[in-house]
Amino acid sequence: MITDALFGVLALVALAPLAITLSASSKAGSAIYGACLIATVALLTIALVALIGQQVASTVTLPFGLPWLGAHFRIDALSAFFMAVINLGGAAASLYALGYGRHEHAPQRILPFFPAYLAAMNLVVLADDAFSFLVSWEFMSLSSWALVIAHHRVAGNLRAGYIYLLMAGFGTLTLLLGFGLLAGPDGHYAFDAIRASHPSVALASLVLFLALIGAGSKAGLVPLHAWLPLAHPAAPSHVSGIMSGVMTKVAIYGFIRIAFDLLGPPQWWWSLAVLAVGGISAVMGVLYALMQSDLKRVLAYSTIENIGLIFASLGLALAFKAYGMSFAAALALTAALLHVFNHSLFKSLLFFGSGAVLHATGTRDMEQLGGLIHRMPKTAFVFLVGCAAISALPPLNGFVSEWLTFQAILVSPQLPSWGLKLMVPGVGALLALSAALAAACFVRVYGITFLGRPRSDAAHTAKETDAFSLAAMMALAALCLIAGIVPGLFIDALAPIVQTLTGGHMPVQIGTQWMSQWLSIVPIAESRSSYNGLLVFVFMGLTGMIAAFAIHRLASDKIRRGPAWGCGFAGTGPQTQYTASSFAQPIRRVFGTLVFRARETGDMPPPGSTAPARLTVQVHDLVWEALYAPVARAVGVIAERLNYLQFLTIRRYLTLVFAALIVLLMVLAIWP
Amino acid sequence: MMNAMIRDFIMQGGQMLLVLTISPLLLGFVRKVKARLLRRQGPPLLQPYRDLTRLMRKDVVLADNASWLFRAIPYVVFAATWVAASLVPTFRSGLLFSWTADLIAIIAILGCARFFLALAGMDTGTSFGGIGSSREVMIASLAEPAMLMIVFAIALIAGSTQLSFMAAFMNSPAVGLRVSLGLGLIALIIVALAENGRIPVDNPATHLELTMVHEAMVLEYSGRHLALIELAAALKLVLYLSLIACLFAPWGIAPGTTEPKLLLIGVVTYIAKLAVLGTLLAIFETAIAKMRVFRVPEFLGAALMLALLATLLRFVSRSF
Repeated sequence: MITDALFGVLALVALAPLAITLSASSKAGSAIYGACLIATVALLTIALVALIGQQVASTVTLPFGLPWLGAHFRIDALSAFFMAVINLGGAAASLYALGYGRHEHAPQRILPFFPAYLAAMNLVVLADDAFSFLVSWEFMSLSSWALVIAHHRVAGNLRAGYIYLLMAGFGTLTLLLGFGLLAGPDGHYAFDAIRASHPSVALASLVLFLALIGAGSKAGLVPLHAWLPLAHPAAPSHVSGIMSGVMTKVAIYGFIRIAFDLLGPPQWWWSLAVLAVGGISAVMGVLYALMQSDLKRVLAYSTIENIGLIFASLGLALAFKAYGMSFAAALALTAALLHVFNHSLFKSLLFFGSGAVLHATGTRDMEQLGGLIHRMPKTAFVFLVGCAAISALPPLNGFVSEWLTFQAILVSPQLPSWGLKLMVPGVGALLALSAALAAACFVRVYGITFLGRPRSDAAHTAKETDAFSLAAMMALAALCLIAGIVPGLFIDALAPIVQTLTGGHMPVQIGTQWMSQWLSIVPIAESRSSYNGLLVFVFMGLTGMIAAFAIHRLASDKIRRGPAWGCGFAGTGPQTQYTASSFAQPIRRVFGTLVFRARETGDMPPPGSTAPARLTVQVHDLVWEALYAPVARAVGVIAERLNYLQFLTIRRYLTLVFAALIVLLMVLAIWP
Repeated sequence: MMNAMIRDFIMQGGQMLLVLTISPLLLGFVRKVKARLLRRQGPPLLQPYRDLTRLMRKDVVLADNASWLFRAIPYVVFAATWVAASLVPTFRSGLLFSWTADLIAIIAILGCARFFLALAGMDTGTSFGGIGSSREVMIASLAEPAMLMIVFAIALIAGSTQLSFMAAFMNSPAVGLRVSLGLGLIALIIVALAENGRIPVDNPATHLELTMVHEAMVLEYSGRHLALIELAAALKLVLYLSLIACLFAPWGIAPGTTEPKLLLIGVVTYIAKLAVLGTLLAIFETAIAKMRVFRVPEFLGAALMLALLATLLRFVSRSF
């Protein structure tokens, strides 16, 4: 099994140099993306067979990497699931890129790195020792960095790439320290050896927090998120889809692998930190998203929100696991994993849709868009499905994982610790708030971009996107619906992972007594809660159609067209519509005054003057101003101070070297 | 077995028809009571039915820019609201499809209706639709979490989010008087006022553009589309009143039975409960003035805090 997977990855790696040699030809894009599609579909099949076949983990050791260690690779249920998520996203992106990539003006900047990036993400989840893991992780960071700066002449992209590189390096550094602590002085880097060693509580806690920082910075947890809304939108849209939909999930894999697998039994207070960052990221992410007018940046911030939701579920699972409530831990972990899958579907879909809009209009600024539902009806339809799914509307898939998270919160009063008793309802409120704000955010995205009247000529003359892109988006939209109406299938598929990581499992959903109830999902017991997406879908469809049929038959089916009501003013132009920022104004006023210190100043000309009135809105990114800017300033100041070391005489340099030697020897002498 | 199945279907169908047919009557009743309180004669009780049939027969006048989505949304909104309303126990609990969606899912189905209605407001590209939609999502962004927190608090008392089980538990002597239930009730009333666009949050009777929320969103609708949206709004009011009745006054609801006497008691008590709640709503609306839009967040924030407090109390101790 693992060798098959590695051959698939090898094929992807081999595509990278092939792409360099081919890139002069005009057919290179189709060839490389087609090959990527085949390879990812093959890898997806392997992952699904490994996940559903429930085979024992298969391992292999290859003779490279550290000399005494070799490179260990292993596929178990957890890595198979994440491999499936990666390759499903990868396959969809490759299919999309078959159409979208043709418009690329410099394909040689993207083609070699795309398969390498896909291969790197697969290697991260397959790695079975710390060394291979970190090398693959860094390989993933670097290849995605190359893709972020592919359009390096666009203003802001180089800065985005620079900040991304810094944060990726920082994240890898913390993970390196974490694994170093786990491996101990003898360098037991293989995951098996780490599992077998039982680290002390203090050491394990330190590693957990390093992992939370390292994986969290990759996943985009607040306050380590600053790079994400810059880097994800800067990349070409199919890569943005993978970065937001898939790479953040690889980071979550890293956290789950360390926290649930390698570290052994968790401490209850670990979950406090995870819950807190999860809840705060969820709300902050969506509030930031509401303040943006760049379409892709809104989507990137919304990723932060979803990652927050996933981490909150993971925190709950850790807390339940620490107290041995295995069924509840299984419920929370299932919710998290299901949301990992769901988010990878609809976030890829939305980024692909934004790519289609970007290509059709040449802009991602929502203030320039509008009315695209008339010009791009198919894209508009699939984008609507994505928006409804990410807003957690039943019967689509986003709702199911959110619902499971809420069910997990409802069993948490049984937790014995007081800290958690006070924390969990607060986090529940934050998650509920973020869910409602996400719906507001996507009403705004869809309403401004696709509805209304076009706000610019570009939006007025937009054309529907190509068939490959549409096929990829439609496949993802269909999966969103399927995962929403038969979630039981997906919950059952996650059971082996949850069983190994928490020791508990949810009731089997499909094929037992619930079958008589048309595929309902029942997280704990029927008397507590149940949900049936299929019936909700059928009911809503039927009642809607019956109503339409009855009214058209019995009452009236006539339509007349007329101008919209303009209060008596004729010919109001498209600029009188609500804009993205005016739509967000009520929410900015309610939440933004606290979170962003948002201020509005109106400048009214005196009566009689014909000068225009102006409204200025100031929004502060407090995280950037309070955390990143001081660090950057401190680095600047220190560099300035240290600068004088470059202009010393040879005598002073020799003195410094000698002093350093003495100090090091003394440290060695007094080291216990 | 077959007979039981058919009876279950009839019960479920009866509930769907009951909420659909009674909802305009409730609206007419509230209007009548309000008019009487103001010493006016008021329109007849059956006026909403006449309005709806008249609207159904009229031609639809669509704005030039309206898309297919604008025409589909009234049906989506109506279907979602009707499905949600038929899942709340009214005269009988344990209905055939009661396990389809628990209370959290019912809230989300209502959220689905609101999502699409807010989109409809933006489709024609006028500033009224935009103003309505943007205010509606602002109100929803506070009302929805408050509602979820209320659900949490009550679900933690009843040990279930399934409405039939919750109603049965609330009807049992195990409930008693609880602080968290009281807080939950106050919060639920605030949320119900906001969700249904009643005074003091929104005024269902106003057509002064700058003060309205719901009416601004649906300003461009006419004919059968408008009829469906009005009917959906009426259904939503019935849903919230039924929810309050089912959770806080669950007396008389026939538990999973088909005995005619119990069902009759169920229907009669249900109508009586709606009448009482409708009267209270009319009195409250007459006694209070509408708020400015930016006072609404404080009003709803209070609901959110009360509901959070109720949930927190349940986490801290089982006796609250």
